Amino acid sequence: MTSSSRCAACRHLRKRCPSDCIFSPYFPSTNRKRFEDVHKIYGASNISKMLKDLPVHLRADAADSLCYEAYCRRKDPVYGSVGVISVLQQQMYNLQTQLAQIQAEIAVATANNNNNNNQIPPQPYFDGSFFPDQNGGPATSYDPPSTWFN
Amino acid sequence: MAGGSSPCASCKLLRRRCAKDCIFAPYFPPDDPHKFAIVHKVFGASNVSKMLQELPLHQRADAVSSLVYEANARMRDPVYGCVGAISYLQNQVSQLQMQLAVAQAEILCIEMQQQDQQHHHQPPPVMMLPPPSISSSSSFHNQDIDHKSNFLLATSSNFNNLQHYLNSTLANSSSSTSHVMQDPLKRESLWT
Repeated sequence: MTSSSRCAACRHLRKRCPSDCIFSPYFPSTNRKRFEDVHKIYGASNISKMLKDLPVHLRADAADSLCYEAYCRRKDPVYGSVGVISVLQQQMYNLQTQLAQIQAEIAVATANNNNNNNQIPPQPYFDGSFFPDQNGGPATSYDPPSTWFN
Repeated sequence: MAGGSSPCASCKLLRRRCAKDCIFAPYFPPDDPHKFAIVHKVFGASNVSKMLQELPLHQRADAVSSLVYEANARMRDPVYGCVGAISYLQNQVSQLQMQLAVAQAEILCIEMQQQDQQHHHQPPPVMMLPPPSISSSSSFHNQDIDHKSNFLLATSSNFNNLQHYLNSTLANSSSSTSHVMQDPLKRESLWT
């Protein structure tokens, strides 16, 4: 097998890349850095064991997740992906606090709204009693213009 | 094995002499063999040793704890490991951000409604005055009522638009705002 057809793993490990190489579908020669990162954290033999223990249709996702964790560990050698989890948990906690605060404000505002609705003063309405009848009926506070009766 | 003390968990598992300056000894005591076993299974002893050597002393304990956490996550979920938890948390954060936006729109809507009601329920002052004479002030009276009507119509229009937006946003939301309050956050201990 020519050097150009070896996968990134076999190139890095300087060995022959067989046709059934466990690494080749997930570590193509076009991205050598990807295998170098994951090899540095987990080691080729551990990666090989982990992939072989999984059914074929899950290996691609497993390889991707291992690469992501290796990337996180390279960026943060102390906490790795656990640092990302910690940040997200804190973010989630802050959002829940904000949401609870606003929901409490909504409850108070809704209660105030209901109280205001119950305290509407009765509005004057027209039932004909404003107009004095022909016999000089009860006087009202509202005297329509005299032109209305013309 | 220095001074007759028992070897650390790593040297016990690897069946080697535990040196006085063993890099694993401070972090993998002999009374917890499972801790090193799981780290060794996922990362390998030599990789862990290299990672610890590259770190200053005061950061190594935290590094070991995070490695143990990652190894445990990988054993629980061989496909996604910690990335599964990250994906879940990112999804939760997105949902919370959406719920927060909806709640903020809702409180804005309520405030606008309250303003609308204040203007709506306040009796117009012109009704309390004695009826104007026909001659001079009637045109002024009409203008005042028209102005108020236009203002109320404009406010009502804005309110209706916001209410419509809120209803459509709530309809599209995948969960109600009360859902988060009913599912308390379960914070995983980082150092299990």
